[in-house]
Amino acid sequence: MKNEWPLWEIFIRGQHGMSHRHVGSLHAPDAEMAIKNARDVYTRRNEGVSIWVVEANNIAASSPSDKGPMYEPSESKVYRHPTFFDIPDEVGAM
Amino acid sequence: MYAQMVKTTGTGVKSRDEMTDQERAFQDKIDADIKIEPKDWMPDDYRATLIRQIGQHAHSEIVGQLPEGNWITRAPTLERKAILLAKVQDEAGHGLYLYCAAETLGISRDEITEMLLDGRMKYSSIFNYPTLNWADIGAIGWLVDGAAIMNQVPLQRTSYGPYSRAMIRICKEESFHQRQGYDAIRKMAEGTPEQRRMAQDALNRFWFPSLMMFGPSDKESVHSAQSMAWKIKINTNDELRQKFVDQTVPQAEYLGLTIPDPDLKWNEERGHYDFSEPDWSEFFDVIKGNGPCNTDRLAARNKAWDDGKWVRDGMLAHARKKRARNLAAE
Amino acid sequence: MTRDEAFHQFLLRMGDNTLILGHRVSEWCGLAPVLEEDIALANTALDLIGQTQMWLGLAGEIDGGKSADDLAFLRDAWDFRNVLLVEVPNGDFGRTLMRQFLFDAWHSIMLGRLIKSSDNRVAAIAAKASKEVAYHLERSGDTVVGLGDGTEESHARMQEALDYLWPYVGEMFASDDVDAEMVKAGIAPNPADLRAEYDALVGRVLTEATLTIPESRFAHKGGRDGRMHTEHLGHLLTQMQWLQRAYPGATW
Repeated sequence: MKNEWPLWEIFIRGQHGMSHRHVGSLHAPDAEMAIKNARDVYTRRNEGVSIWVVEANNIAASSPSDKGPMYEPSESKVYRHPTFFDIPDEVGAM
Repeated sequence: MYAQMVKTTGTGVKSRDEMTDQERAFQDKIDADIKIEPKDWMPDDYRATLIRQIGQHAHSEIVGQLPEGNWITRAPTLERKAILLAKVQDEAGHGLYLYCAAETLGISRDEITEMLLDGRMKYSSIFNYPTLNWADIGAIGWLVDGAAIMNQVPLQRTSYGPYSRAMIRICKEESFHQRQGYDAIRKMAEGTPEQRRMAQDALNRFWFPSLMMFGPSDKESVHSAQSMAWKIKINTNDELRQKFVDQTVPQAEYLGLTIPDPDLKWNEERGHYDFSEPDWSEFFDVIKGNGPCNTDRLAARNKAWDDGKWVRDGMLAHARKKRARNLAAE
Repeated sequence: MTRDEAFHQFLLRMGDNTLILGHRVSEWCGLAPVLEEDIALANTALDLIGQTQMWLGLAGEIDGGKSADDLAFLRDAWDFRNVLLVEVPNGDFGRTLMRQFLFDAWHSIMLGRLIKSSDNRVAAIAAKASKEVAYHLERSGDTVVGLGDGTEESHARMQEALDYLWPYVGEMFASDDVDAEMVKAGIAPNPADLRAEYDALVGRVLTEATLTIPESRFAHKGGRDGRMHTEHLGHLLTQMQWLQRAYPGATW
C-alpha cells in the first residue's frame, strides 16, 4: 500500500473580513494535522487569522478546454460592471 | 540557481513550421505571457524539463539546510541562533513549496525524494562545500543567497503558473536571508583580528564556488535556448554571473575584505568588472559526486528519510484508524 | 536566602529549561521525518529561544546587569538550573516528541499560574509564552496520540520513550526553599500543587495514545538545584558555548 501522506490544499484568510485565499499545499495524515501544518508552514510571518484545508483529490476543477463555454459568455455582459454606466460628476460618489 | 545544467529533453527549439498546431498554440501563449496551468496541455518535454528543474531547485533547498544547520547549535548568541534557525527553516519551507509545484506536474513528493536519495536527481554544487567557521554562515547568506536571488527574481515571471507562484512566495521570504548574512559577516569584518581572519577565510573558500552556482557558460547551449523559449529560464548564466560580480565587489570592499582573484578589475569600457573563471574541472568533479561533502550530504538525507519512515507510517496508520472509527460511529 | 536570590534562582530555572530544550529541539533542523515536521519543530525551538531571552534577560537584570547571552554562554554546568528532562539526548523522533509533550504539559500549567504572578514582569512573560506553549502542547499531544495509536512499531517506540523519560517527570514538581520563597511573595506557585492537574492531563492523552504510564514514581533530580546534572549537559554546553569561550570579548 502506498504510504504517502495525502496532499492538502491550503486556504488562508489574511485579515478579518477578507475571503480565504489559496496559498499553496502540503502533506498531512489527516485534516487536523493539515491545519496544524498549515499554521506552521504558511503563517510563519503573521499571514493569517483563519485556515481552511481541503484534501486535494476532493477538489473538482473546471477543465481548461471548457474555458470558452465557461467564461466567455460573461464577457459580453459588460452591464454587470459598475464602470459600464456614466454617472455625472455633479451627482457625487455612487 | 539552485538548478544547474538542467538538460531539456527533446531536440532543441523547433521553428514554428516544425510545430504541431497544439505546440504552436502553446508557444503563442508563452510568448503572450499567459501562464501555463497544471491542467493545460503542454509538450511532454516541457513537463519533463520542468520536473527536473523544479526538483533540482527543491532538492537544493533541502540539502542546503545541512551546511547551515551545521552551525545552529554553535551560534554565538541567542539572537544569531534564532535568526539562523528561522532562515534554515525558511529553506525547508521553500523546498516544500517547490515540491508542491512539482506535484502539479504529476510527480509525488515521495517519488521525487527517492530520486534525490538514490542519486538520480542532482542538487546545487554549492552545498557540497563545508561550513568550517562561523563566518561561513555570513558568507552563505551574503554570497550564496545573493547568487540565488539573482536567478530567482526573474523566475517569478516564469511561464508555469505554480512555479511562478512558488518563486514569488520564496523571493518575498528570501529578502531577509542575504541581509542577515551580510550583517553577520560585517560584524566579524569589523571585529577582532581573529574574526577578520574568519571572515576573509570564508570569502576565500566561497567566492569561486559561488560563481560556479550559475553553471558554465551556456551561450551555445541548445538546452538553454529551449528553456529560454519556454520561459523557464530567463537569463544566460554569463549574464547572471557578471551581474553578481558587479554587485558583490563593492560590498566586499565596504567590508575591507579581499576577493581572492588577482585578475579582478573594473573594465571602464565594458562598464563591468573583469574576473577569473572558476576552475570548471573542480565544478564537474563536484557535480559527479566528488565534492568535499557529497557523500556526507546524501548520507544525512538518506538517514533522515529512513529514520523517519516509522513516524510517517505511524501517523498515517492512526489517521486511517481514526477515520474508520468515525465512520463506524456514524 | 533573600527574596532576590530566590527570585534569581526561579528565573534561571524557567530560562534554563527553555534554553536547553530549545537547543535540543533545534538539533532536529533539517533532519525531521517530513518537511512539515521539520518546519513545526523549528517553530517550537524559535519560541523557546525567544522565551529564554525574556527569562534570562530578567535574571541578568537583577544579577548586576548581565545579558541573557552572558548567562547562556558563560556559565558552567553547575550553574544551570534546568530540570534533567530537557537535557537528555533527543533519541529518536518519538522520544523527542514524548519529552516535548511531558514538558509542554507542565509548562502550560505553570505558565497559566504565572500569568497571575504578583510580579508584573513575570506575568507579562508568562502571558506571551503561554500562547505559544498552548500550541506546542496541542501539537506534541496530537503527535504522541498519533504515534502511540499508530503502527505496532510506532506504539512500541513511544512506550519505550515514555518508560525512559518517566523517571525525569517528578523533578518538575519538586519543591524547595526557593519555591517556598516564591510562594510567599506571590510570584510563583508551589510546583507540587501542579501535579494533580498534570496527572489528569497527561493521563488523558496517554490513554488516548494507548500507552501505559510506568507504575514507579521514582524521580531523578539534581537539575533544578544544580546539585547533579546528567553527563549530557556538559557536552551540550561545550558545543553551545564554544565560540564565546574560544574568543572571549568578541561581539557577534
